[in-house]
Amino acid sequence: MSEDQIKNLEAQFEARIERDEKIEPKDWMPEKYRKTHIRQISQHAHSEIVGMLPEGNWITRAPSLRRKVALLAKVQDEAGHGLYLYSACETLGVSRDELYEQLHTGKAKYSSIFNYPALTWADMGAIGWLVDGAAIINQVPLCNTSFGPYARAMIRVCKEESFHQRQGFEIMLKLANGTPEQKEMAQDALNRWWWPSLMMLGPTDDKSVHTAQSMKWKLKRKTNDELRQQFIDQTVPQADVLGLTIPDPDLKWNKDRKSYDFGAIDWEEFLQVVKGHGPMNKERMKARVGAWERGKWVRDAAMAYAEKKQARKEKQAV
Amino acid sequence: MSTKNWPLWEIFVRSKNGLEHRHFGSLHATDADMALENARDVYTRRNEGVSIWVVESKHITASNPENSGELFEPAQDKVYRHPTFYDVPDEVKHM
Repeated sequence: MSEDQIKNLEAQFEARIERDEKIEPKDWMPEKYRKTHIRQISQHAHSEIVGMLPEGNWITRAPSLRRKVALLAKVQDEAGHGLYLYSACETLGVSRDELYEQLHTGKAKYSSIFNYPALTWADMGAIGWLVDGAAIINQVPLCNTSFGPYARAMIRVCKEESFHQRQGFEIMLKLANGTPEQKEMAQDALNRWWWPSLMMLGPTDDKSVHTAQSMKWKLKRKTNDELRQQFIDQTVPQADVLGLTIPDPDLKWNKDRKSYDFGAIDWEEFLQVVKGHGPMNKERMKARVGAWERGKWVRDAAMAYAEKKQARKEKQAV
Repeated sequence: MSTKNWPLWEIFVRSKNGLEHRHFGSLHATDADMALENARDVYTRRNEGVSIWVVESKHITASNPENSGELFEPAQDKVYRHPTFYDVPDEVKHM
C-alpha cells in the first residue's frame, strides 16, 4: 500500500469513529490503534487479575459467612473480568501467553493501587468502597469506547461492579457504627486508601501523555482530572454518612465551582509505585508468577488428558 | 510433556427459552467439556443463561470486512424487496 492510500484509509477510519461507528477486530485499523488498544486492554486485564491478590488473602479470615461468600464472589468476578478483557485483547492478534509473559516479566503495567498492602479487615471495606468506586468512574465511559470487543466487555464488567462497591461500603458502615476500635479501624483504612485511590485515576492532564489521542479514539471520554473531581465530589458525602473523616485538611466545598477543592497529591509516591518501588510490587509479582508456575503441571495434564480422550474417540471411530 | 496452549472457544448463550443463542465472548479450554464448564463460570454467574453452545474458534469461517462491498451492497438497490416500494391507496386497511 502506498503512503497516500494509508493516509486515505486512516482518514476514513477516524471519520468512522467520529460518527460513533464501532471498530470490530477484522476491520482495517491503524497500527497505532491496535498497539494502543492491546496496551490499554491488557493493562486493564492484568489489573483485574492482580487485583484479586490483596482481597484473596482475606477470604479465609472474613468475620462471618455472609462476608465470606460476598468476598469470594467478588474475587471470582474479578477473575471473570480479567478473562473478558483478555479475550477482547486477543481479538487484536496477541496471544494469551504473550500477555501473561508481559505481565510476569514486568513489561506490562497494572493499576498502581494493588501495590499497597491490605492490612486489616477494614481494608476490604475501603477497597470495595474507594478502589471499586474509582474503577467504576473510570469504566462507565468505556462502555461507549470505539473498539467493539472492549466496549462489550466493559458493559458486562460495569453491570457486575456495583455489587462490589456496595459490599465494601456495607463493611465500612458496619465498622463505623461498631465499637470505638472498629470505627478507628475503618478510619485507618480510609486514611491509607484515600490518596492511592485518587492517584489511581492517573496523572494530571498536563502530565498525561496519551490523553489527546485516547480522547479521539474514545478510549477515554473524560480526562483524568475530570474523573478525579467526579470521584471526590461523589465520595465525600458518602464519608459523611459513615461519619469518617477524609484525610485531607485542604478539602473544602467550593460554592462557585460546585465541587470540592482538595489538597496536593504526592505524585512522587505515584511515580515510585508505578516504577515498581511500591510497598507490595515485588510481593504481588511473586504471588502471581508463583501461581502461574505452580499451575503448569495442571495445565499440561489437562491438555494431555484432552488429547488422550480425543485419540481414543478417533480410534473407536475407525 | 505437552506445552501446547489451550485452544480458544467461542461461547454462545441462550438467555431464556424462546430466544436465540447469542455470542457472549470466548475463553480457553482443553476440550469441549471443559469449555462448557468454564463458560458456565465465566459467562453465567448471575443466571444469564439456560443453555450454552461452545465452538472451537478455528472452526468459524468469517466474512472479510474488505469484501463487505461485494457481499452486502447488492442488497442496497433492491428496494422492491421492501413493502414500502408498493403503492397502495390509504383507504386500503390491514395491508
